[in-house]
Amino acid sequence: MALLEVRNLHVEFPLGRKTLQAIHGLSFALDKGERLGIVGESGAGKSVAAFSILKLIAKPGRIAAGEVIFDGRDLAKISDEEMRQIRGNRISMIFQDPMMTLNPVLTVGTQMVECLKAHRDISDAEAKRLAIAKLREVKIPSAEERFENYPHQLSGGMRQRVVIAIALLTDPAVIIADEPTTALDVTIQAEIMGLMLDLCRDHAVALMLITHDLAVVSQVTQKICVLYAGRLAEQGPTRSIITQPKHPYTQGLIKALPQQNEPGARLFQIPGTMPTLDDVPAGCAFHPRCAFADELCRREVPEPRPIGDHRVACHHAEKVASA
Amino acid sequence: MNRIRLFMDSDLVFRFGRDRVAQFSFALFLAFVIAAFAAPLIAPFDPYDPMQIDLMDSEIPPLWQDANTDPRFLFGTDAQGRDLLSTILYGTRISLIIGFCAVALQILIGVSIGLISGYVGGRIDSFFMRLADIQLSLSTLMVAIIASAVFKATFGTEIYGNVAILVLVLVIGIAEWPQYARTVRASVLAERSKEYVDAARVIGLPRWRIMIRHVLPNTLSPILVISTVQIANAIISEAALSFLGLGMPVNKPSLGSLISSGFEFIFSGSWWITVIPSLVLVALILSINLLGDWLRDVLNPRLYKD
Amino acid sequence: MSDSQTLLSIANLRKQFRITADSWCGGGGQVVSAINDVSLEIRKGESFCLVGESGCGKSTLARTVMGLETPTSGTIAYGGTRIDDMNDGARLPYRRRMQMIFQNPYASLNPRMTISQTLEEPLRFHQPGLSDSQVRDKVVTVMESVGNNTSWLSRFPHEFSGGQRQRISIARALMVDPEFVVADEPISALDVSIQAQVLNVMMDARNERDLTYLFITHDLSVVEHFGTRVAVMYLGVVCELADTRTLFAGPRHPYTQLLLSAIPKMDGSEMTHDRMQGEVPSAMQLPSGCVFHGRCPHAKAVCKTDIPALRDVAGRQVACHFAEETG
Repeated sequence: MALLEVRNLHVEFPLGRKTLQAIHGLSFALDKGERLGIVGESGAGKSVAAFSILKLIAKPGRIAAGEVIFDGRDLAKISDEEMRQIRGNRISMIFQDPMMTLNPVLTVGTQMVECLKAHRDISDAEAKRLAIAKLREVKIPSAEERFENYPHQLSGGMRQRVVIAIALLTDPAVIIADEPTTALDVTIQAEIMGLMLDLCRDHAVALMLITHDLAVVSQVTQKICVLYAGRLAEQGPTRSIITQPKHPYTQGLIKALPQQNEPGARLFQIPGTMPTLDDVPAGCAFHPRCAFADELCRREVPEPRPIGDHRVACHHAEKVASA
Repeated sequence: MNRIRLFMDSDLVFRFGRDRVAQFSFALFLAFVIAAFAAPLIAPFDPYDPMQIDLMDSEIPPLWQDANTDPRFLFGTDAQGRDLLSTILYGTRISLIIGFCAVALQILIGVSIGLISGYVGGRIDSFFMRLADIQLSLSTLMVAIIASAVFKATFGTEIYGNVAILVLVLVIGIAEWPQYARTVRASVLAERSKEYVDAARVIGLPRWRIMIRHVLPNTLSPILVISTVQIANAIISEAALSFLGLGMPVNKPSLGSLISSGFEFIFSGSWWITVIPSLVLVALILSINLLGDWLRDVLNPRLYKD
Repeated sequence: MSDSQTLLSIANLRKQFRITADSWCGGGGQVVSAINDVSLEIRKGESFCLVGESGCGKSTLARTVMGLETPTSGTIAYGGTRIDDMNDGARLPYRRRMQMIFQNPYASLNPRMTISQTLEEPLRFHQPGLSDSQVRDKVVTVMESVGNNTSWLSRFPHEFSGGQRQRISIARALMVDPEFVVADEPISALDVSIQAQVLNVMMDARNERDLTYLFITHDLSVVEHFGTRVAVMYLGVVCELADTRTLFAGPRHPYTQLLLSAIPKMDGSEMTHDRMQGEVPSAMQLPSGCVFHGRCPHAKAVCKTDIPALRDVAGRQVACHFAEETG
């Protein structure tokens, strides 16, 4: 059985006169030690999906339907108190901005010890020993010194390493990382991503990596879910999604990357923009931007269906795949 | 047309339509403004006309009291025999005129200084901001007391009575400009670092044009928000000064001087001369402040995304 | 070096910022060296890319070229005429010939002006003689040339998405028919599917109008696609300057090598990590000698003491003492 399974998740935001559907029928499963990428552009609902798994969606957002099964329990139904026991303990989270995790007025050490003691019954000395060991594990030089530092004394890359160390402190089963390297420079990004990959492999931690960057996902994960306007567009093994995309949106995303085009030539482009949540077109949400769209696409929402080892939400997936 | 449509579709109008407190306070404020400025039309008497005042009518209690009432005087009369309702209407008009004009003066001085200070920066900025610090360290009341005392000593009480409104507007206007200067400067500093200002500089537009056409319109929301507070403050300042006998003379009373003039009768039983204008003042200030609070919530720059 | 083809030449440019609350005396405070002795030339018709990580001084360089910052020392010449010390009036003709596209599409349009007001302003300012209908025609022509719908004109910026705003910004820059356009990270704030749209608009404009670009970016994959020549910057200095093809075929400076290896690839390889340790030093305390020596795998004693000059090696310019050995 899967470690974490999301079934038919619906998340909505009642706003004034209308209700916005942020996530519409999302399903995926994550096995022990597996690495899954959730890919989408801004507004696709990828962060909302992650936040709703941990019941951290901002009010007035709520899970309208669906199940989030973790360790045999439905996280959508348990109490806030039980959720607190799981969050930051069995499931850890890494945000884009390390300062969302780090408290600027406490030292790194204080925060790590506090986090450990909240979930385990151990002494201060033992907690400190464990914390410094974790800092070493994320390759922070002179970990004892850094343990005494305040977050502002560290560089951006170093802070994100500390956040990773904190995420690993309680030996979680799953780490959810929301754009963990987007705010960092290219060279630092490569270091941090490589580090996360190694750590997840070494500790058999499952990773849910949320990002807009297909290239990063292709180098880190084993499976990919591509989201568009709150719905699943395509899902499947990373290799095959990158090389043989079967949804026109996935295909467009990959073909639009400069490295996929002849230098100096006009780039392949997907016309138009992603719809905002209050203005999602009828039928397939992607149809106004799609070259394959016909009457059926304008009328009916395509349900995800298995094609090879992918699941694709497109009426014309077969045609797209052979194009 | 475009701007009207934009305004009607705006968040401001939408949220106003859903907020009972905002609607109530706006209606109350509007009622005060209309009643005050229509005073010559709706007031039963003209309190400035000595012919209409009869000392024999003095200190008549309001109509709902049991004894000695006079059906002509709804709120009763004051010590000089003036109809209290009419006097309050005219007084509210004076209070509002002083409040609006003083704030207009504050905006004129404060916004210009804040805009120049924030946009030009450097020594000019330091100079104006130190000036603002000095101005703020002198309280409005202190400045007003000194100014009106000096004015009265120089020109005599007679002349002062004729130009009292002007003096009060000047004093309150000048004393409170730093509020605007600081607010505007802060938002100019924020706007100036945005790229649309750089874009205007790259085009080569002269500084004054960038300041007025690009930066200023984007600092209007905070100006609007503090203006409500400032109008309330100006009215309170005027009332306080008048109460201390430094504001409007008794023959042209504002709400403050009315409250003050009735104060000595409060223990002799004629409480209404003080209490009714006080209630009007409180209701007026409350309506403005509630409106200001609501406006601040709606336009809050931290929550407000362009 | 300079020939008739040189459009912009920057010589020994330095820019320092003083970090201190400005007071009456203005003294003291720390100094940040954003640009440290940079010299480069941009030829007519080029798409010159400036690449580097945050804080390397690439945006400051762009802003200094456009006159948004004044250089601390050094010169900037456009078409052979020195422009960095001109007053506003003398500079005006150059404002028309040089335009800029900004990074943040959400801040680069005045939220209180309609799109047509935004687009008309530069034209009316630089060509006050034009009639209203001429101005309107020009606005429509430019909007259509960058693929924008002319029905946008009466609307306000907040009604548009990031990519649409960026295309409006491009239209504004093109309103005065410039010959040289500085683009400061024009696509880094945009979504992947929109980046291609904006890059295409910029490339179309280059072909139709013979534009010369100075393109600032941190994304090497865009450089490879868009640029003809490229300069790599690190902590305020140029480390390597070459034709795009030469650079991508075999980078010589260790920092360029690091940057190239850090691009995530989609060839099915896995992320490898941590050959390079260490952090980017602060621009307030620049390291002595070569600014990169703290992170460089090839660093020797001489790198800690001597600043390497930009010199010709293997068909490009490299600022490294060991450029011959790093290839």
